[in-house]
Amino acid sequence: MENNAFYVALSLLLNFDAALFQIVALSLQISLLAVLVAAVLGFPLGAAVALWRFPGRGGLIVVLNALMGLPPVVAGLIVYLSLSRAGPLGEWGLLFTPGAMVIAQVLLVLPILAALSRQKVEELLGEYREQFVSLGMSRSRMVPTLLWDARFALLTILLAGFGRASAEVGAVMMVGGNIEGVTRVMTTSIVLETGKGNLPLALGLGVVLLSLIMLVNACAYWVGEMTRRRTG
Amino acid sequence: MKKTLNLLLAGVTSIGLAFSAYAEDHITLASTTSTENSGLFSSILPKFEDATGIDVRVVAVGTGQAFEIARRGDADSLLVHDTAGEQRFVEDGYASERADVMYNDFVLIGPAGDPANISKAKTAEEAFAAIAKAEAPFASRGDDSGTNRAELRLWANAGVEPDGDWYRELGSGMGPTLNTAAAMDAYVMSDRATWVAFGNRQNLTLLFEGDKVLFNQYGSLLLSEDKHPHLKHDLALKWHNWLISEEGQQAIADFKVDGQQLFFPNAK
Repeated sequence: MENNAFYVALSLLLNFDAALFQIVALSLQISLLAVLVAAVLGFPLGAAVALWRFPGRGGLIVVLNALMGLPPVVAGLIVYLSLSRAGPLGEWGLLFTPGAMVIAQVLLVLPILAALSRQKVEELLGEYREQFVSLGMSRSRMVPTLLWDARFALLTILLAGFGRASAEVGAVMMVGGNIEGVTRVMTTSIVLETGKGNLPLALGLGVVLLSLIMLVNACAYWVGEMTRRRTG
Repeated sequence: MKKTLNLLLAGVTSIGLAFSAYAEDHITLASTTSTENSGLFSSILPKFEDATGIDVRVVAVGTGQAFEIARRGDADSLLVHDTAGEQRFVEDGYASERADVMYNDFVLIGPAGDPANISKAKTAEEAFAAIAKAEAPFASRGDDSGTNRAELRLWANAGVEPDGDWYRELGSGMGPTLNTAAAMDAYVMSDRATWVAFGNRQNLTLLFEGDKVLFNQYGSLLLSEDKHPHLKHDLALKWHNWLISEEGQQAIADFKVDGQQLFFPNAK
């Protein structure tokens, strides 16, 4: 019974272990904040690339699409070298803090949000172009209109970004250092417990993480449905 | 829309507050997976914090990576197990002082059937030679950690160039290497602390121990104030001195897993 991951997960949750609760809360905070920052930067970027024509646009789209596959460990290495005391941003003293983990996850999530929203906005633009022209709307006025109209697709894109952020381990391990009580999150705990040979506990933590991601998705679905009903 | 913005703002502020709540006195310690995974730090760090009010944040990595973190000025203190490497670190000017803190030992682990018959060996040299001769699968850390460096020295002592299908360089930490060795019934060298605390042994068992060359010394390093003036040298000095003080040495000796002492204090 003690070797069953679901049993372990359930007893972890029912015992309401304070250390586990703190780890879960930190995972959520870091990933949600990273997705929020990435959305604030990424959605307008995606819309701008969809709307404006400029030299090198094709190249930028290829780069954004390619960066969706940026290996987390490479993102971690880039952030590590930048934030290290010997690196260009060493003054900030952010290495091995939750802030460094947020930066690394923004780097991973931003291309996904920008590339996918660019595609969605471009599709919508095709449908509405004539209307916009007849209204004499400027491009910068179109950005909020199109983003608002794409909101349901953007919600799904946000979830894809959140999935990437909460699931990755390579980057947060490297820039956070997996420090107990400070930068230990769900995925780095799972790596640690696997290393100790506590496989049932590691899998139990995995079940908890999965449940958490499912909960976030359920909330997003519910919010989406409510908004859809109210605004049509 | 305004409501949503307010909500977002409140969320961001509370997250910011949560992050800045870590502002008490702390140092970052780069150390090895063996000290962290065995539970030593969870046992001794609260005692140090009680005595000094300083929170020690451990980044547990391989010894090679720990040196690199300290070299770049990203840790305030260093506790590792590669005496030769530590002395070079002092000579190169990255550390001002090195002190012996404690030791444990390496043990040879392998499948219970012991195909290379190393449990009969008299010395570690014989045991390593027997594994090579039998070409029995051997899982090596292969990650430039203290354990990996010690293992390579032992192969050299035995006059063996480890090579071939039987010798598998995994490039991973001690725990993951034990997991892999358990799955492929391979021989593996581990520090005793990680082995005793390891939970997924399957068919693996301790086959060889006790030779003096398997002795594993840990040292604490005081990092250079010249190279990295921004580090918390005063707090790091307190930690270094506590480790080699009577109190710190007693805390290390008091740490036991299943009634077994895993680290033996030996500061001078």
